[in-house]
Amino acid sequence: MDWFYKFPHMDDNSLRDLKKVIDDGFRGFTRSYGDIIEGFFTPLQHFLIAAERFMLKTPWPIITLLILAIAYAATRSLKIVAGCLATLMLIGYFDMWDDTMRTISMIFVCTVLSIAIGIPIGILMARSDRMQRVINPVLDVMQTMPSFVYLIPVVMLLGIGKVPGLIAVVIYAIPPMIRLTDLGIRLVDKDVLEAADAFGADNRQKLFKVQLPLALPTIMAGINQTIMMALAMVVIASMIGVQGLGQPVLKAIANQYFTLGIFNGLAIVGIAIMFDRVSQAYGQRLQKHREIVHG
Amino acid sequence: MADQVFGGIKIRHLYKIFGPNAGAHVEAVKNGLTKAELNAKYGHVLGLRDINIEMPSGSIQVIMGLSGSGKSTLIRHINRLIDPTAGEVLVDGVDVVKMNEADLREFRRHQTAMVFQKFALLPHRTVLDNTIFGLEIQGIARDKSLDIAMRWLERVGLKGFEEKYPNQLSGGMQQRVGLARALANDAPVLLMDEAYSALDPLIRMDMQTVLLDLQKEIRKTIVFITHDLDEALRLGDQIAILRDGEVIQQGTSQDIVLRPADDYVANFVKEVNRGRVVHVEAVMTPATSPVSGKPAIPIGTTVEDTLRILSREVADEGVVVSPTGAPLGIVSLRQLSGAMVNAH
Repeated sequence: MDWFYKFPHMDDNSLRDLKKVIDDGFRGFTRSYGDIIEGFFTPLQHFLIAAERFMLKTPWPIITLLILAIAYAATRSLKIVAGCLATLMLIGYFDMWDDTMRTISMIFVCTVLSIAIGIPIGILMARSDRMQRVINPVLDVMQTMPSFVYLIPVVMLLGIGKVPGLIAVVIYAIPPMIRLTDLGIRLVDKDVLEAADAFGADNRQKLFKVQLPLALPTIMAGINQTIMMALAMVVIASMIGVQGLGQPVLKAIANQYFTLGIFNGLAIVGIAIMFDRVSQAYGQRLQKHREIVHG
Repeated sequence: MADQVFGGIKIRHLYKIFGPNAGAHVEAVKNGLTKAELNAKYGHVLGLRDINIEMPSGSIQVIMGLSGSGKSTLIRHINRLIDPTAGEVLVDGVDVVKMNEADLREFRRHQTAMVFQKFALLPHRTVLDNTIFGLEIQGIARDKSLDIAMRWLERVGLKGFEEKYPNQLSGGMQQRVGLARALANDAPVLLMDEAYSALDPLIRMDMQTVLLDLQKEIRKTIVFITHDLDEALRLGDQIAILRDGEVIQQGTSQDIVLRPADDYVANFVKEVNRGRVVHVEAVMTPATSPVSGKPAIPIGTTVEDTLRILSREVADEGVVVSPTGAPLGIVSLRQLSGAMVNAH
């Protein structure tokens, strides 16, 4: 009756062999293709370095003005601009400017990458139910798999540094982008699509003139979610060498520096709120035509 | 111009069955399987059965029926938003059913334009940008299409609203945008799917007048779907009445009101204001000898208008005359009032 109380598992030797085979296989794969794969990601690395250099080398008053100008252009709200200014000044005053700039450049690159990859995938998913059935479980895995687990193969392949950090963050942050693009397109009013058909629109015209514009508010919500999730990954990404606000937090955890942790944590919260308010206000401004409803 | 030689629309033996295996049941339906039997035995829904309608170029064909009668399904076969299970739809002599995708797109861009019950405007575009939508799809340059759009917006009474968004307009005005968008296409066929059903009665009358006035100059082949018999009688040069996917009567408004094909149609017609539909020649006593001292009434005048003429002239009888002035018959107040209350 032993099998009844203890789950009859694969015997230890075979299990060990299985793991060893997979590990060896992957290690072999890493050795033979690691360089090629790294070469593949070089442009990305240049992009990351350029973005970071720009944020760090530009004098702080110019960066501040730039961020405020973007915030104003996107929101047309002086309140939000004032909030951004206060956040940036506090961050600078408490000597976290450089780390914040590194984090912002990282988040910027992650967001651009997530949009560039996520929207086309979302469109494909909205186009075909089969595609949706295939991609959905993959997204589920990406969102639920503990990020440390997929850090392992990424680090094995690419070592420690910015690019593996970027990949880890994008894997974690891209699912809402894909899902909300898909949802937004699927929610487009069937009557309007029928009208586009009746006027002889081809698929391309339907996509760019009807589906994407009407899905835009939902897609904006996806971008907002992606930014928030990317920020949430900052600390974990710092474990594999991504510089920025995550590293002082990591140091604070290791050495029990309470104040250091709190300061950098609050800086992350500060830029998160900044990004959130700006991107949401922008999304709402895009929907202006929906608000003024005929009485 | 294309629309002068436009050959009209002919629908022949059109069948539509909804269901995963529709094609397999067409023969059975042709051989008399009823809608209820088809649904009970095979779980398929009969949408249309053996529709044959000829719509001459330049006239308004109304297709009337209650909800579920298949009228919206039928109009969607003309530009093939719905594929038929069997049959032919000839528009200007070309069978729409046989077109491939690219031909069908070209056909929809240039031969048809459609107005929808729920307007189906693009909420993110201004009135002007909505109106050029069809032209944009055709690939016409923007400044040229803006000129065309402005002309039609003015024609439907929306001058000054070009920069508004659809949500800022009332239902009636939104449908004017829908109409302008369709007219801007300058297609010979105008499909109107319950275009006025969502509007309140006064606005609806207003829009009917707009359409009738426009039709005098544009002379399109208009297919107009409605569930409102008054609307059908007011607009239709020809009316087809649809019930459970079958045409139960076709004819002019006179035919429908004076000679309903069955109890179903008769029941509808009962509620109609006959005075505005029935023409005076339908109730007169034919007489070709010249009569003097009685007011002349042109043929085609409605009973109501005839009564108006007689009471203005303080006469008990009138002479119905042809367009050339030749007498055709005599009509009396008794006959006219009899026609108003359906006493025959």
